[in-house]
Amino acid sequence: MNLKKYLKVYKNFLHTSLASEFEYKTNILTDLITAILSLIGSIFLLSIFFQNNNKIGNWEFEQALIIQGFYTILNGITNTWFNPNLTEIVKHIREGTLDYVLLKPIDSQFFISLKKLNPSGILEIMLGFCLLMYSIKTNEITLNFSFLILGLITISCSISILYSLWFFISTTTIWFVKTWNATEVLRSFLYIGRFPLNSFSFSLRIFFSVFIPIAFLTTIPSEVFLGLSQLWKIFLEIIVAIIFIFYSRKFWLYALRFYSSASS
Amino acid sequence: MKSNLFYRKIFTLLKVQYSNMLEYRVEIALWAISGIIPFFMLNIWTNNNLNESINITDVMLSRYFLCAFFVRQFSVVWVVFSFEEDSLMGRVSPYLIQPLNPFFRYFAQHLAEQITRFPFALLIAFIFFIFNPESIWIPNLGILFLSIISTFLSFLIQFLIQSILACLCFWTEKASSIERLLFIPTLFLSGLLAPVVSFPEYVKSWVYLTPFPYLIDFPANILSGNPSNISGGLIMQILWILLLFPVFKKIWSSGTKKYTAMGS
Repeated sequence: MNLKKYLKVYKNFLHTSLASEFEYKTNILTDLITAILSLIGSIFLLSIFFQNNNKIGNWEFEQALIIQGFYTILNGITNTWFNPNLTEIVKHIREGTLDYVLLKPIDSQFFISLKKLNPSGILEIMLGFCLLMYSIKTNEITLNFSFLILGLITISCSISILYSLWFFISTTTIWFVKTWNATEVLRSFLYIGRFPLNSFSFSLRIFFSVFIPIAFLTTIPSEVFLGLSQLWKIFLEIIVAIIFIFYSRKFWLYALRFYSSASS
Repeated sequence: MKSNLFYRKIFTLLKVQYSNMLEYRVEIALWAISGIIPFFMLNIWTNNNLNESINITDVMLSRYFLCAFFVRQFSVVWVVFSFEEDSLMGRVSPYLIQPLNPFFRYFAQHLAEQITRFPFALLIAFIFFIFNPESIWIPNLGILFLSIISTFLSFLIQFLIQSILACLCFWTEKASSIERLLFIPTLFLSGLLAPVVSFPEYVKSWVYLTPFPYLIDFPANILSGNPSNISGGLIMQILWILLLFPVFKKIWSSGTKKYTAMGS
């Protein structure tokens, strides 16, 4: 069975990467402190904004915290899976070790995207969940079944879009060789996901929903949480996510045709 | 004779690193783009009229954030990442044999990178002025000179801090996680995301004693013409450098004594 094989392989990936990461125990601890400080910093920044104005882009402070929570979760996912793996593509291509990946009797995208895992990101995800729980309480959101389903759908769409963005950019390495700072550009753009989309000017809003759909990542799931979201937005996000996943896969297969190994 | 040799060393280092950097100009352009977060922040500030309560006009605020962008561009330091890689790969050993402290090499690398980066930063500023023609201004020569000095001092402070962290590689193999930890207060307290004047009183009371506001907020205030205590700021910058330099020397000398090449 194919799925069984992949699950088994993933179990081995988990084992090896956890074993190597736990070699650096203090590293995990510092990363955790970094995550906590970074959350405190963003809340501090938000509080500066709200000290001067009690609504930003029609979002109140408590509501903006939900966005912060989603951002922290997505950032944690990025740090756990996307960042350690997809920056590795650059190394594979520069040193020609992508050859070994392609030779393995396993899907190359699967191997490249999930080989490594950084456990400290998981703590960040939990931190984000705690913040979400807290803001569910302060915003007096009543949990019901349809809301949970919608929330799950939108957040998984966000994760897919985020993954595709990372994967797209990392794939361009096949042509440009040294693009790990292209991911740095993406990172700085993603930074705006900490704030509600409405707080930006109209032109930036268009830019961040059409060209780089960062707007979808945090704002729509948060709107679902607050019961503000229209159905068409959710549909739009699902469609965008499907398009992104599909084309990032296509793009990878297309790019591989141009891969010529190192020094050839 | 001796000083002549010294200048020749410096000149050669700079020349080599500059040609090296020119080789990767696309990469450096991407780095420059990844520094545009201040402009997103500016967008939030002006779009929500957050600056009314801190008595900074829109124009002054846009100049401030443009200058913050510039100061950040010319004070980015990554020595800890280079040194960590070199030390893990065992490249530090040949450097240590040379009659030149390896940190000179990194220092020249940073300076060369800044020279390469300059045209890209100018281009981004030019685009910014197209969108915000009302914020064009020409600082007078004295101000320009002072702000270049303070930016350079800010670069020196960050270079020293990171070099100290880099020396920790002699004891632990992964020192960059500590740098990531230290980057969080730098990000939120340096004035890159919000001018320090807008901070609440309970932060402002102690933040000026830390090095952070002198990294970006202070040079950016000088350059943009916002009110700032020029002599006080410069003295603080120099004090921090005088404080950090002996620490670096100490940690370097005890680190090299402890150093055992990888694999021994």
